[in-house]
Amino acid sequence: MNMVVCVKRVPDTAESEVHIDASGKDIDKSKLSFGINEADNYAVEEAIQIKERLGGTVNVISVGGKDSDEQIRMALAKGGDEAIRIEDPAMAGSDGFAIAKALAAAIKGMEFDIVFTGALADDDGSAVVGVALAELLGVNHAAYVKKVEILEDGKKIKVGRELEGGLMEFLEMELPAVLTIQTGINEPRYASFKGIKQAAKKEIAIKSLSDLGLDASEVGEAGSWAVLEKFTPPVVGEMAEILTGEPEETAAKLAAILKEKGLV
Amino acid sequence: MKDIFVLAEHRRGELREITLEMLSGAAGFGGTVVAILFGKSVDDFANKIAGYADKVLVVDDDMFENYNSEAYQKALSALIKEHNPGLLLMGHTGQGVDLAPALAVELGAPLVTDITALEMEGDKPKPTRQYYGGKLDAHMVPKDADLYILTVREATFQAAEPSKSGEVVKVENPVKEEIAYRKFLEYVEPEVGEVDITQSTLLVGVGRGIREDKNMPVVEELAQALGADLAASRAVVDAGWLPADRQVGISGKTVKPKLYLAVGISGAFQHVTGMKGSEVIVAINKDPDAPIFGIADYGIVDDLFKVVPKLTEKIKELKG
Ligand SMILES: Cc1cc2nc3c(=O)[nH]c(=O)nc-3n(C[C@H](O)[C@H](O)[C@H](O)COP(=O)(O)OP(=O)(O)OC[C@H]3O[C@@H](n4cnc5c(N)ncnc54)[C@H](O)[C@@H]3O)c2cc1C
Ligand SMILES: Nc1ncnc2c1ncn2[C@@H]1O[C@H](COP(=O)(O)O)[C@@H](O)[C@H]1O
Repeated sequence: MNMVVCVKRVPDTAESEVHIDASGKDIDKSKLSFGINEADNYAVEEAIQIKERLGGTVNVISVGGKDSDEQIRMALAKGGDEAIRIEDPAMAGSDGFAIAKALAAAIKGMEFDIVFTGALADDDGSAVVGVALAELLGVNHAAYVKKVEILEDGKKIKVGRELEGGLMEFLEMELPAVLTIQTGINEPRYASFKGIKQAAKKEIAIKSLSDLGLDASEVGEAGSWAVLEKFTPPVVGEMAEILTGEPEETAAKLAAILKEKGLV
Repeated sequence: MKDIFVLAEHRRGELREITLEMLSGAAGFGGTVVAILFGKSVDDFANKIAGYADKVLVVDDDMFENYNSEAYQKALSALIKEHNPGLLLMGHTGQGVDLAPALAVELGAPLVTDITALEMEGDKPKPTRQYYGGKLDAHMVPKDADLYILTVREATFQAAEPSKSGEVVKVENPVKEEIAYRKFLEYVEPEVGEVDITQSTLLVGVGRGIREDKNMPVVEELAQALGADLAASRAVVDAGWLPADRQVGISGKTVKPKLYLAVGISGAFQHVTGMKGSEVIVAINKDPDAPIFGIADYGIVDDLFKVVPKLTEKIKELKG
């Protein structure tokens, strides 16, 4: 199996404050830590496990700045073979469609059986790139994949898509295909020390738009389906009544409320 | 104004609520609302939908017995080319996510996914969606186009009472060729575990904030003191710290206990969808901006490892 895995470097905002910056269209990222997009971590693992079972190659690809090398190298350290990073100033402001166009241009020339993406990115959460990429490449796709089985001849796969309520929808499709991988499909490994050392020496091929035969107008805001006009804080309903004080006090207050409501 | 197409969603003999939500929402924009229904023997659905739409286009064919992206994309694309709607809405669901981006690429139609609010300026949608797990709203402006496609988050619109009697029109299946590349096999239900959290009166929901498997006793002891069952966010289930049947949310269970005490859960909408119907919601989270505080009744902004053991103590004291 020849496989490609798309990985994205994203800020970790689950536990940090998020501040809209002066442009109103981005956030202040100076105090945030970054890592691989959660679903992509599972996608990398899935590709590597298939390679370990059936042989083949895993090509890692990312659209992003130099910092993204960190996430690419981690995927290489776990068992990826080669890597491409697409970087071009004109990519700024790209939505999922524009990202998919850049990825498609890079992947088109490769021999691949499966392209993996994550189910969605933790920052924009659009769940667009994988399925758009499949259509651009003219191949099959399945979204929210939580089970992959390569069928005997290696030309077909059986995949399980996770739907609402945890219901699994199984389907069979011909390869090549793009699969968008859902979290929990496997147990992502940690890279070994040896793997990390080897990956540090590997070359990451940097491609600009012209290397890919793309025009600046096809990406960025100009080549996107939609542009972000502005961010605003979310509209929330009535906020929780926040109990204040030291843990001892807040715990006592909460216990009293629960008691009063007949819950204890 | 051009017509608004709404793709009906159903699965295993049930019409999905998102269909009525989208139809009700679309009714407020002024255009003719046309429901698109693909299926096999779906007269009942067509009649129900007719109460919410100005027109229902039904394609009844074996190939639509179960959702198949290949069949759906071909049929939708053909109907759109024939009828030229200005807007197509579908659910931001396991189905919509699998279909919309490919269709949008094929038709060259701008797509905005997972919208949580929608305003129309003439034929042009100005949707709102969320970034960073619900921490920010993003106001999106699609490029000018003849057709826009949007996938709509659950509960963005409220399903109204039926008030229309749209004409049900059976159309011939525009897909003439065989569906050759993708084949539906079967649906498989998730496994049933020892505790059915949908029946629990009290639930302690645990999230990634618990950090490690070995910290689980912190919440287990609280649950025990309360006489509550343990539930979890997807992050905890993915990590293998609790079995999948404890997962609350869009791809897990929907629960409505008397108390849902969320510990170290950020409150992503996929989680909230499954527990917002709880009678009393309490959140313990160290991040004051965690979206969970937007739906909780009571909150404590602090380190769970400091608060939860104290809370366990106090509950034990109260119980004597
Ligand atoms: C198709 C799809 C379906 C999904 N279905 C579901 C679903 O059914 N259920 C579900 O839950 N999710 C679901 N998700 C995932 C969802 O988007 C979130 O990723 C998930 O809910 C996050 O879980 P969490 O809140 O535990 O973790 P995080 O978002 O990482 O939040 C952890 C929280 O813990 C807090 N915290 C950390 N340390 C401490 C501490 N010491 N004390 C106090 N607080 C602390 C942090 O401030 C943070 O708010 C789905 C996603 C997709 C794409
Ligand atoms: N800049 C990027 N570089 C590489 N892959 C990406 C990039 N952006 C998105 N992807 C892939 O597309 C998936 C879905 O992203 P999205 O459609 O933005 O939710 C991610 O999980 C990645 O696998």
